[in-house]
Amino acid sequence: MQIREYKNRVLLTNAKVIDPFKDSIYDADILIEKGKIKKIGKNIPVDGINEVIDLKGLIVSPGFIDIHVHFREPGYEYKETIETGCRSALASGFTQVCCMPNTDPAIDTQESVRFIYRKAERQLVNVYPIAAITKGRKGKELTEMVELSESGAVAFSDDGTPLENSQIMRYALEYSRIVDKPVINHAEDLALKANGLMNEGVVSTQLGISGNPSLAEEVMIYRDLSLAHFTKARIHIPHVSTAGSVDLVRKAKVDGIEVTAEVTPHHFSLTDEYMRSFNANGKVSPPLRTEKDRLALIEGLKDGTIDVIATDHAPHTYETKETSLDLASSGMIGLESAFGLAMTNLVHQGHLTLMELVKKITVNPAKVMNLELPKIKEGEEANFTIFDPEEWWVFSKKDIYSKSHNTPFLGSEFTGRVKSVFTKSSYVTL
Amino acid sequence: MNLSIKHLFGLQGVPKDDITAILDTAFSFREVLERPVKKVPTLQGKTIVNLFFEPSTRTRISFELAEKRLSADTVNFSASTSSLSKGESLKDTIQNLFAMKMDVVVMRHSVPGAVKLLAQFVDAVIINAGDGTHEHPTQALLDMMSLKEKVGDLEDLNVAIIGDIRHSRVALSNIYGLKTMGANIMLCGPPTFIPYGVESLGVSVTYDLDEALVFADTVNVLRIQKERQDIGQIPSLREYRRLYGLTRERLNKLKKQITILHPGPINRQVEIDSEVADSEHSIILHQVLNGVAIRMAILYLLASGK
Repeated sequence: MQIREYKNRVLLTNAKVIDPFKDSIYDADILIEKGKIKKIGKNIPVDGINEVIDLKGLIVSPGFIDIHVHFREPGYEYKETIETGCRSALASGFTQVCCMPNTDPAIDTQESVRFIYRKAERQLVNVYPIAAITKGRKGKELTEMVELSESGAVAFSDDGTPLENSQIMRYALEYSRIVDKPVINHAEDLALKANGLMNEGVVSTQLGISGNPSLAEEVMIYRDLSLAHFTKARIHIPHVSTAGSVDLVRKAKVDGIEVTAEVTPHHFSLTDEYMRSFNANGKVSPPLRTEKDRLALIEGLKDGTIDVIATDHAPHTYETKETSLDLASSGMIGLESAFGLAMTNLVHQGHLTLMELVKKITVNPAKVMNLELPKIKEGEEANFTIFDPEEWWVFSKKDIYSKSHNTPFLGSEFTGRVKSVFTKSSYVTL
Repeated sequence: MNLSIKHLFGLQGVPKDDITAILDTAFSFREVLERPVKKVPTLQGKTIVNLFFEPSTRTRISFELAEKRLSADTVNFSASTSSLSKGESLKDTIQNLFAMKMDVVVMRHSVPGAVKLLAQFVDAVIINAGDGTHEHPTQALLDMMSLKEKVGDLEDLNVAIIGDIRHSRVALSNIYGLKTMGANIMLCGPPTFIPYGVESLGVSVTYDLDEALVFADTVNVLRIQKERQDIGQIPSLREYRRLYGLTRERLNKLKKQITILHPGPINRQVEIDSEVADSEHSIILHQVLNGVAIRMAILYLLASGK
């Protein structure tokens, strides 16, 4: 990864621009001046230009957004920091991310929200904190949601820990209406999950591994949707992983519930078959499901039930993964491989058009989190992700910028790769 | 004689020829065990570590005895996984032990797949002595040996496995091994003991013990793990005994003799009556002796050439 501030006047030539706001793809040259788009058009004269970058064969998109990452700061800096997390984000073209509050201490005070902003100040990626729903993420008392919101929290979640108490969840949803920001609950009924280490199904039975059934997720989503319906609050369902959950969200949207949903690249790319390796890199929460679930997730992406692709980037050190399945940490890193997986398994498989994919990592997540997404329009900030939709590559350790390497995708072949990013007057090449 | 497998992780996917070779070799070692001097020099100079991360009496003693009968040098390591998780990691423990140059590792662990993890860290022959609720291949092999001894051919033999199938590594290994050898299997227990989609393994399922007994030439009675019953999968041992206990009265109703296996330790008057466990149709004590022979056979076949 090379990062440099670019010259005063840069001309991008032969660009193919994808505009998810207007559903259009067009050829153009783009003139950038002092970090802003000066002109978009054809045959822009090159005199007075400091630098010309030829983008033949490449596509220019608004910078990608990932609304579900774990940057581990404060508290677990040995796994990831905001700085390393931001580099990791840039590697897949993300220029804005929302980070989860399961840090130590949890992001549950105004000061801790400001801490995230301060730490991210000089980064090339905008980092927006999601604050905890309850103090210390303990599921007992609501955080000061209004003040947290005023400090810049974009949403509320006790991520990783489900809000089990339905009454508190009801209060959280009701109270969130003051700020109109989404509540995100890790949907898993812990009693049904029991000591499940992978999806409960034919594969878990054949391996003798204790199962975490899809219904652990579905009963919780059903409850949360009912509560959202009753309270008329906004709810966002993170990492939907089962066919039944997709159906629940689809029906909720028909019923007019203000619900949005996301899916991770690993859930639409892998299944519980991976666990036959007993490799703890496949241990995630919620677990990898069956092929039937995977196809239903893709169907949900296609018909719009699932609005957003988000990585749930969860760095863990290798010693917590090179251990028995019960002791191994849950989660995998996801930023660096996200775009490659999405292009390979969604676009090149014919499930989504390029436009549909770009929407799920730009305009849709911006809408869920009320983020500003710079348009590719004269006068706007130059915030682009530039990718080659056809480049074939093998995902390897050198492509990882995270502090951690816990991914089952090393050695996987991808078609489609992010080549460079323009953000905050800097030019990042990969 | 060479096996196609290099380690014994489980019986899933182990070919019939390998299982046949192990059983045949075990019968030869059984003869050794009947001799006045029960020792052969086969594994002289080999070092075997018995790595037990979970309490075990029978399996550990059976392995130790098998190793000594083959003249191997053995060391034992026992630790509970819980104390391990607080201090040294599994990987560190294993690599430390292995730095002392071991040829064979016999491992028991409470977590499925732990033996596979071991194989990533050490270059030794690995034998699974039970990994959580996954597999317990030597138990299934000694069950098959005992059945072969009693009834001859395993092909088309009707075997009923009764009890907590969901939490049983013995059941899973028996299913894999017996299916490979051509036996027919019926699982029997309350629905809360039957794992999701187990029919995918080519077995049938019944919740009715009498139906299973009508089907069976032989029954493998699993131990009720009393320590698990706080999860509430069955309401009481009393009701369990009434529905699934192997009693003399039930057996008397049948117009045939059934061979009875039990992996031990037995909960008398729960899953099986004393009178049945101690009857001439029970081959429970044969299983114990055959266990030593099976473990000798596996150690010999996997470790002697190495």
